[in-house]
Amino acid sequence: MKFKTMSVIAAVAMALPTFSMADPDDDKLVINGEIEVATKVAPAAHLDGALSEVMSGWHFRNDDTQAMEMDDFDNPGMLGAENGMAIWEAAEGSEGKSCADCHGDPAESMKGVRASYPKFDEKAGTLMTVQMKMNECRTERMGAEAWKYDAGKAIDVEAMIASHSRGMPVNVAIDGPAAPFWEKGKEIYYTRYGQLELSCASCHEENYGNMIRADHLSQGQINGFPTYRLKNAKLNGVHSRFKGCIRDTRAHTFSPGSDEFIALELYVASRGMGLGIEGPSVRN
Amino acid sequence: MRFTTLTLAAALCAGAATASEVAPGDVVFNGSAVEASLTGVAGNADEGMKVYSSKKMGNCIACHQISSVDAPFPGNVGPSLDGVGDRWNVAELRGILVNSKMTFEGTVMPAYYRVDGFIRPGNRYTGKAADDTFGPLLEAQQIEDLVAFLSTLKE
Repeated sequence: MKFKTMSVIAAVAMALPTFSMADPDDDKLVINGEIEVATKVAPAAHLDGALSEVMSGWHFRNDDTQAMEMDDFDNPGMLGAENGMAIWEAAEGSEGKSCADCHGDPAESMKGVRASYPKFDEKAGTLMTVQMKMNECRTERMGAEAWKYDAGKAIDVEAMIASHSRGMPVNVAIDGPAAPFWEKGKEIYYTRYGQLELSCASCHEENYGNMIRADHLSQGQINGFPTYRLKNAKLNGVHSRFKGCIRDTRAHTFSPGSDEFIALELYVASRGMGLGIEGPSVRN
Repeated sequence: MRFTTLTLAAALCAGAATASEVAPGDVVFNGSAVEASLTGVAGNADEGMKVYSSKKMGNCIACHQISSVDAPFPGNVGPSLDGVGDRWNVAELRGILVNSKMTFEGTVMPAYYRVDGFIRPGNRYTGKAADDTFGPLLEAQQIEDLVAFLSTLKE
């Protein structure tokens, strides 16, 4: 009898982790007890039925990792955002200007920015990411050097800017002048690159919820970028993450800041339309 | 002296590997199956299990599970391979390993003994472009060892 009970317990104990790892959970994300973040939303029409439900990568992480993002004191990514704020206030370049001199308090001036980018810029005549806009300010108005794409300072400022959009729904424009960039991004998303012949969709559309060894595949949504990864203990830009993924298909990657990744960023952002911004988020 | 021995051993290995080996581009498919051994040397099932579970070799375990293989966190992107030796014969298993797309159209499973037709092929996991060292994901004998191992998996 005792043996039997033990066996049943063992069987249940063994079955449970498999189950919980194989499916995204149903937890609710509220940051600092006040910012409610939509982490499961109905798919946008332009997804054409590719996903039945759009889910943040937060649901695919374990409870400890999830909890780190729920309190700014536990979120290591907020240290980067704090540094980003110090950079925001510091004058730099030949004009002796800081970001704050023109843009004031980012909690007001940058609210919603992360949610609507990448965005087509009329003046520049092209699609621009948040980092491209930052560098435009640096080179054209501050007389400072452009930052390297996804480099430490750029990511810290982007994380700070993103933090002021937390909880706001991803809302990127994909029509009008943005349409050709979106189409290009979509084509890249479905291209099976490298010797392993894997597209973004191979893992993040066809196999989210499944395990590649101990890695739980998410939908690859980018509402949480910049993302603090426990794996490399730093804030990561979305282009660097794209690069890592394509590298892991044994392919010749594209570079952060390349036209390909700018277009892909718009397309992947659009797959997460309606998800709440989480950056800086915490992930594996 | 040691250097000479090693060089000689390497030369012998290379010689053995090329003598009767079928190059990736010369593999003959009969439908989706590959009837002929790629090396003419019988596969070793024990070695095949190493190729199956080693991240540095086949890393099949990243996506598949086999009950008799004791290793943590097998993946589940692909089907369990329990009983796979009942479902496919040796030629079919070889065909699936060489180029799974011949058996399963559109499958996410990589082709382990093919060297052409890739989009932006890279130099291993460096992210750089492929150079003239580019070769198949597995060696011919590793494919034969895997075939031997998988065909032992009967229910």
